Amino acid sequence: MTSPAVVQAPPAEQRAVVDGPPVARPAALPEARSGVAHLVPVVPSSTRRRTVPRWVRRPIGPLLLLLLWQVAVWTGTAGTDLLASPATVVRTLGHLTADGELGGAIAVSLERVGKGILIGGIAGISLALLAGLFRTGEDLIDASVQMLRTVPFVGLIPLFIIWFGIGETPKVALVALGVAFPLYLNTYAGVRNVDAGLVEAARTLGLSRFGLIRHVILPGALPNVLVGVRYSLGIAWLALVFAEQINANRGIGQLMMDAQEFQRTDVILACLVVYAFLGLAVDAIVRLLERGLLSWRPAFSGS
Amino acid sequence: MASSLQRIVTPVLDPEPGIDPAAEAGLEPASGYRPPADPRLAVSVRGLTRAFASNTVIDRLDLDVPAGQFVVLLGASGCGKSTLLRILADLDTEIGGDVRVPARRAVAFQSPRLLPWKRVWRNVVLGLPGRPDRARAAAALAEVGLEARAEAWPKTLSGGEAQRTSLARALVREPELLLLDEPFGALDALTRLKAQDLVWRLWRRHRPAVLLVTHDVEEALLLADRALVMKDGVIAHSVDVDLSRPRDVGDPTFLALRADLLGRLGVDAPRSVA
Repeated sequence: MTSPAVVQAPPAEQRAVVDGPPVARPAALPEARSGVAHLVPVVPSSTRRRTVPRWVRRPIGPLLLLLLWQVAVWTGTAGTDLLASPATVVRTLGHLTADGELGGAIAVSLERVGKGILIGGIAGISLALLAGLFRTGEDLIDASVQMLRTVPFVGLIPLFIIWFGIGETPKVALVALGVAFPLYLNTYAGVRNVDAGLVEAARTLGLSRFGLIRHVILPGALPNVLVGVRYSLGIAWLALVFAEQINANRGIGQLMMDAQEFQRTDVILACLVVYAFLGLAVDAIVRLLERGLLSWRPAFSGS
Repeated sequence: MASSLQRIVTPVLDPEPGIDPAAEAGLEPASGYRPPADPRLAVSVRGLTRAFASNTVIDRLDLDVPAGQFVVLLGASGCGKSTLLRILADLDTEIGGDVRVPARRAVAFQSPRLLPWKRVWRNVVLGLPGRPDRARAAAALAEVGLEARAEAWPKTLSGGEAQRTSLARALVREPELLLLDEPFGALDALTRLKAQDLVWRLWRRHRPAVLLVTHDVEEALLLADRALVMKDGVIAHSVDVDLSRPRDVGDPTFLALRADLLGRLGVDAPRSVA
């Protein structure tokens, strides 16, 4: 292979010697060809390797982790009073669901997070649109938001308790605050990153300012807005967990606080599992939304 | 079809807004200027100046384009030809001088600039008054041979198809002035020939005035009624291309014109291949 200039073909019977081990060549290659000894075969990816399908490979890691956990509890490496086994957690989930306690708690928590997302979403997106679309809006809004976003919102809990008491309001407010910033940042960036060439082309087509916003800028910003939505929904659950530590008398947080009193690690873990699944479910909804709204996008989807 | 040219308002340098009544009354000429035989003009430019910082790209440029004429604007890279086109498209208004263009004008850019989130037919009728008219889009797409792709997303179009969609989008507006900014620049050689032919046929049918910016002399001579060479911020040379259509690149007159234009563009050695 070091001297590709030599194109002279060795006779067929000599080729095996020149080629080296015949194992390297796929069986599909026709044997009667001469003059190819110095060439490297391009192997079709379908024949390259018989691999385990991706949907089988993906869950192996998490399942191994679960197994490790179960084994650790069985062998006593982790005491049952410190860490309940996966089996116990599943059983606890069953009990909590059966007596309706979990369902009620989820409903309460979902209401909190839903209200927070709604309020924070409206605030974040409308501020971003004002700042993104209008120069005056940018001057008035952007500097303040950029300043406030550096404040860790969880740090505002004491202040919120003083302002809003310990009822539902501080919890919803905390979620709203957590949601608003990522949505603002992504929406604003989305509006500002709309392809200037498209805006120019749209202007030559005679679109009015309103038409330009509706047909060019908003759809152009949409991919970024949806990134913001996914990010902020993640933050929403985080904010909820923090918020529900504030004197919760209902909801998943209250279940967890009670469990802590009685050292019920199985209930705590069951609640964490519930949080995780709620987060996953919401993420799946956003993915579905993306698939529907962004089907026009020529984006790279991984190979 | 009233030929009323719209004055491009220059908020920076020209404090006087609105449409000059002189524009309606046959464009009373500046001193020393003789109007061409057809009194209707599609472009009338007097003393146009455009500077970027201290760099004057267009310096007291005059230009008239009669209605329906196919004009090709040639020039070396950076000579200001695209700037002139952008000014005529009303995309660049930081200008001095007097520029008049028809209210109905359309632009096709070098890249198609289709909105990726709108299907092909919606891209074509975008910006037209009223509800999106599917039939009208279909008619325009049929003219460029793309009626079958009306429902496609722009991402699924080939380069040539996207550029043809962009042409359909320009023509559906029935422009009096069609501005083409190197619309074949990004196409491969074969697609380019087809696209040139298409532009020529569309022009023959609709007869808008066309200003095509290019740096390809052969393309200019295949298509133009008149070829302009831009240099040092003005139209340095204008030549009428009196060749019968369709044109033959091997014709001696064609070759002579081509050599002359290449010389004016600073390419002295006659090239055997374009």
